[in-house]
Amino acid sequence: MTTIYQAKKILTMSATRPVATHVAVRDGKILGAGTLEELERWGDYRLDTTFADKVLMPGLVEGHAHSFEGLTWDDTYVGWFDRRDPDGRTWDGVRTIDALVDRMTAANAAAPGTDVLVGWGLDPIYMGNTRVTRADLDRISTDRPILIVHASGHMYSLNSRAFEMLNMLKPGMNAEGIPLADDGLPMGELRGLELMVPASVKLGYDRMARQQTPGCMDAFARLCVRAGVTTCADLARMLDDDQVAALLRDTGAKDYPVCIVPYMHINGRTTDDLFAFLKKIIPQSTDRCQFGAIKAHADGSIQGFTGRLNWPHYQNGAPNGMWYVTPEKLGEVYERALEAGILVHTHTNGDEASQLAIELVEGALKKHPSFDHRFTLQHCQMATQAQFRKMKSLGMCVNLFANHHFFWGDEHYKYTVGPERAERMNACRTALDTGVPMAIHSDAPVTPLGPLFTAWAAVTRRTASNRVQGTGERITVPEALEAITLGAAFTMGMDHLVGSIEAGKRADFCVLEADPLEADAETLKDIPVWGTVQGGRIFAAETI
Amino acid sequence: MTLPALPVTVIGGYLGAGKTTLVNHLLRTSGLRLAVMVNEFGALPIDRDLIEAEDDALISISGGCVCCEYGDDMVSALMKITEMADSIDHVILESSGVAIPGSIMASLLFVDGLRGDGVVVMADAAEIRNTAANTYLTDTIQRQLRDADILVLNKADLVSEADLEATRTWLRTEVPGTRIVEAAHGKVSPQVLLGAIPLPRQGHKVTGHADGLFHSRVLQPEGTIDPVALARELAEGDLGLVRAKGYLPKEGGGMSLIQIVGLRWSVEEAEDGHAPGIVCIGLKATFDPARLEKLGQLDPV
Repeated sequence: MTTIYQAKKILTMSATRPVATHVAVRDGKILGAGTLEELERWGDYRLDTTFADKVLMPGLVEGHAHSFEGLTWDDTYVGWFDRRDPDGRTWDGVRTIDALVDRMTAANAAAPGTDVLVGWGLDPIYMGNTRVTRADLDRISTDRPILIVHASGHMYSLNSRAFEMLNMLKPGMNAEGIPLADDGLPMGELRGLELMVPASVKLGYDRMARQQTPGCMDAFARLCVRAGVTTCADLARMLDDDQVAALLRDTGAKDYPVCIVPYMHINGRTTDDLFAFLKKIIPQSTDRCQFGAIKAHADGSIQGFTGRLNWPHYQNGAPNGMWYVTPEKLGEVYERALEAGILVHTHTNGDEASQLAIELVEGALKKHPSFDHRFTLQHCQMATQAQFRKMKSLGMCVNLFANHHFFWGDEHYKYTVGPERAERMNACRTALDTGVPMAIHSDAPVTPLGPLFTAWAAVTRRTASNRVQGTGERITVPEALEAITLGAAFTMGMDHLVGSIEAGKRADFCVLEADPLEADAETLKDIPVWGTVQGGRIFAAETI
Repeated sequence: MTLPALPVTVIGGYLGAGKTTLVNHLLRTSGLRLAVMVNEFGALPIDRDLIEAEDDALISISGGCVCCEYGDDMVSALMKITEMADSIDHVILESSGVAIPGSIMASLLFVDGLRGDGVVVMADAAEIRNTAANTYLTDTIQRQLRDADILVLNKADLVSEADLEATRTWLRTEVPGTRIVEAAHGKVSPQVLLGAIPLPRQGHKVTGHADGLFHSRVLQPEGTIDPVALARELAEGDLGLVRAKGYLPKEGGGMSLIQIVGLRWSVEEAEDGHAPGIVCIGLKATFDPARLEKLGQLDPV
């Protein structure tokens, strides 16, 4: 059975036929886009006018997010910016410590208990760098442990009860990541993953275990529908048999609205095991869950001072970050992946990390020449023009963190690397001009999932304080729309399947209330998303 | 009575330095029931002939030892180890090649029943200067070396004396004050590395520990002495000690357990009933008993 969807306008993202009014769909795939007259030749059809006053784009492709965003909403959002949850409720930003205390107090009252009460997304940088103290959080509760995860992901704030449970509410806690108050006791912060990860475990905040609960993938899918996303890279899953089974179960639900592309993390397995496991799970892939790609971490984050930077490093003289993998292991993974024809995406925040990854790819390519490997640097926030040129020569792709520029651009300008390098961060213009295939991303839940917002961020390069930072690296609206569709699909090796509205591709559409090409660039992020069509199935945001 | 805290030794160092070889040496020679924690099982961390049984989570090793992997969740793995505390004497945590050992020691703060004993960092005598000259790794290697309580300069037999001397000189500039023990095939006295020192017991003399590289003495401080001041002096006083361990009576009852690993020292409360005296082990090349003697009477071992 053929369905022909009528729309006010269809932006196909295909050069041969960029605009259409109708698109014909059969068996979840696109027969063609054009006029009704052109499409009628496919025989019996049903005309669907649901979108007669809407604008269709290809289903948006998020090239770097984490499905555990779906879990974060089990906890309480306390970030500075307004943010929408999977049910469509918008939570006001938390602007003061009093507001933080009020929101958490309400959460405690709504779900009383003795287990750890978690808030997430706090960003005191916007509160004039106020420091949240243990005493502040004791106003929420003194007998229930309170854990507040900061937006940067690199700090916790805890109340006294939580410190007690960690066996840390005592003098003489002499560790770099535990700042002390005047009384010699911890002031309320815990910094650095080496302290935060064990603290989470001890307080019973175990994200990995919860990731297998069905609610996680469902909540994430609802966020995708609201954001117009039909294909999403789940960029780093610690996959084992249980996780694979859970993913196939959750995405296998009849009405699951997204194609999830889990990237398997290289950690926790030997290289032999990694490739053996991939070989085993790739055939289990479905239309909604595609296995087969790899994620590696080269370094940490810039705002957490764990990213690896080339000279002149951090402007405050902080030690130069951390390697999260040995160059030997990363190079070995690249070689084996090229040999096996498997895609690798590598997290590189600092420019030294990008440099290392580029050199290792070059070395691996000499051993296993490959003409279409699409190895992609993720974030790649500080890459120089020379690095982009080298990436182009080697056939590498990039997925730049346009959202980061909005949320942390001011901080990089003032604190981490200073104006010269902050202005070149996430250099979309340079990437495109150099000819490096490019995507842009949210890294949800680090920043909210929303490719139109991400496109807006790349087009305007506005920071949270509304400054335009790095004018020369702005891109146009059509370029940004390509980055959130075909661009991302290309980096994922899926541009033959999704990313444009063309004959033979999956019937994935993002349904918009207005035409992004006609809108003022500054309002791109505000265009309402009606919902999606994924594999020929309609999902309205309002009822999802 | 609760069990005393289980000591944890972190073994760090870059790839190829000989961490795995050292671990196997300790399994063969320490006489302790060791729990060895490795990042991942895959790369055959344990010599085949030592393995008694294997399952997904645990390798059983002759002599009551075990090996488990910690992957990305070191603290949970450590917590599991503490559940085995009554059948384990010492935990060896082998870190990954780029890990900063001091950070791992910080993680131990969270686990009740564990005590960070010390950080042993392995360096390949033939390669360490090359690795440190790789600009991607320079600062990582520096941080690893600086975190060492005991630095094992391994594969010393594979380089010429001139090269070895150049590496020693380089290390002395990089990490002045750090105790450096030279070794071949990872063969270092387990007593020195793990502090498995036979302590004086009432009526018995300590005999036969350490090997030819080391001198040992038992220190008997005179009168009452501040254990913290003594521990600090043993660790930081440029006495050339690599390891020291022993009990001292406290004023008003009870005892203090003093432990020294290189520059790291700790003092814990202990119950009465131990023979007083601190067993001190130093490298022959740097240990000067005459200087130690200023702290009290020295008995031979």
